[in-house]
Amino acid sequence: MSLAAYGHCLRGVVGRELLRFVHQRSRFVAALVRPLIWLFVFAAGFRMALGVAMTEPYQTYILYEVYIVPGLVGMIQLFNGMQSSLSMVYDREMGSMRVLLVSPFPRWYLLICKLLAGTLVSIVQVYVFLAIAYFYGVQAPLAGYVLILPALVVSGFMVGALGMLLSSFVRQLENFAGIMNFVIFPMFFLSSALYPLWRIREGSYLVYQIASLNPFTYAVEMIRFAMYEHFNAEATLIVVATTAVLLGLAILAYNPARGMMTRKAGAGAE
Amino acid sequence: MGGGRRTVSREIASTSTEVGDDITGRQDVSAALSVHDLSFSYSGQPVLESVSFELKAGEFAVLLGPNGAGKTTLFSLITRLYDYRQGEIRVGGLDLHRHSVEAHARMGVVFQQPTLDMDLSVRQNLSYHGALHGMTPAEAKRRASQQLTRMEMQGSLNLRVRHLSGGQRRRVEIARGLLHEPRLLLLDEPTVGLDIASRRGLVEHVHRLCREQGVAVLWATHLIDEVYPEDRVIVLHRGQVCADGGIGDIMAQTSSDSIGDAFDRLTEGETR
Repeated sequence: MSLAAYGHCLRGVVGRELLRFVHQRSRFVAALVRPLIWLFVFAAGFRMALGVAMTEPYQTYILYEVYIVPGLVGMIQLFNGMQSSLSMVYDREMGSMRVLLVSPFPRWYLLICKLLAGTLVSIVQVYVFLAIAYFYGVQAPLAGYVLILPALVVSGFMVGALGMLLSSFVRQLENFAGIMNFVIFPMFFLSSALYPLWRIREGSYLVYQIASLNPFTYAVEMIRFAMYEHFNAEATLIVVATTAVLLGLAILAYNPARGMMTRKAGAGAE
Repeated sequence: MGGGRRTVSREIASTSTEVGDDITGRQDVSAALSVHDLSFSYSGQPVLESVSFELKAGEFAVLLGPNGAGKTTLFSLITRLYDYRQGEIRVGGLDLHRHSVEAHARMGVVFQQPTLDMDLSVRQNLSYHGALHGMTPAEAKRRASQQLTRMEMQGSLNLRVRHLSGGQRRRVEIARGLLHEPRLLLLDEPTVGLDIASRRGLVEHVHRLCREQGVAVLWATHLIDEVYPEDRVIVLHRGQVCADGGIGDIMAQTSSDSIGDAFDRLTEGETR
């Protein structure tokens, strides 16, 4: 297979994911409504109680709405990653996952294409959300909207790889609700998405320690810094390393020789 | 496992047609599909045991077996959805383990479950498949149009799959399986859920494809009436090949009056 053929494969997988996204308008609306409610209702309500003192990367005191936006961007990507994972379980149950996996391209490449496709869908959602937030009054420097893009790609890959790994363990679609309860919510709430780490530490040292170990915290911080024209090397390094580990495990899990696919066939084998 | 059953075996000409791995695809003397001594288990439970058979270019073979015989598992191994540790599978002479990319490029698959994206159009579904085989959009479009014309479905290119009948969807899946011009087409119970007329049309259509395009076809089914008199039949029962040959040979060797009778005897009367 030539390099151009690899490119066509990537274009096909990404194109299909975008088309599916366009067809599923309710998914798009749901993906936007969730963070907007947090921004318009939750953040506005807590503005007075939770004003944030001057902290990096902000140059001045900021309103709580300003603080919460990068966390909500992370939330969009987290939910989208899990949505992609859900659709992989659905595709596997419905059989369409097989169409992807019997392609002649190496499986690791197909999975990366799938991840990139999911990440691009999440980035579209993020930019629509940021545009609404901009007109609502949460405005970052214009360069920040460009600098955030590579950060969104890396963080999108991280949560997408996590979702892909989880999808390899989930036997049935019905079990997916557990993922929501045990993965998405703890990852989101036990991070710096809603409050800065120093403030969490004031409330509970244990929660602070957990949040410090949560890779989602670093994804949010990487996005926050990029949005305000700063580069957070520590956060980026942690997110990249976590992505590499999760991606490696997901590829392993979908490898026919070593992974879960064979065992999952289990009793249904014919 | 099946100790008392009659075994009608066809000589596997593994050495006469074997030419070794040739990833250039220049040599056509290799069997389109060669399965040799293939065994597979789930959690220690054997599903396939020493399965061996060979399929020549342009040959139509029916893989006949009751539900649970191991047909889908065999297809999953050939398509590398599952991996095998014992035995060997070659596609066009290429070892599936060593030349997975080239071997996959030579096979088309129609799965038991419908796998088209219902919300996308026929063109979009076929274009996606073309991309998964490294085709440009223009090339995928040209081939899609060509295949759909062969299927007498050229008018449905821009229709959403959701608006097609069950038989039409199956035809689109076959067109998709042939889009990259494979030399081997695998169909796993493709008539499941179709009415009698659609089933008959589909069986006839794939036989014609086999004759006209020289594609080797492995058609898995548990329905006797899908077997044509000239077909080769491989009977799979409890994970073992218990008969392999022409209908006449199998009937003669089982002293049966019909292939249905022979199938009943070979599978000890399990549900057809």
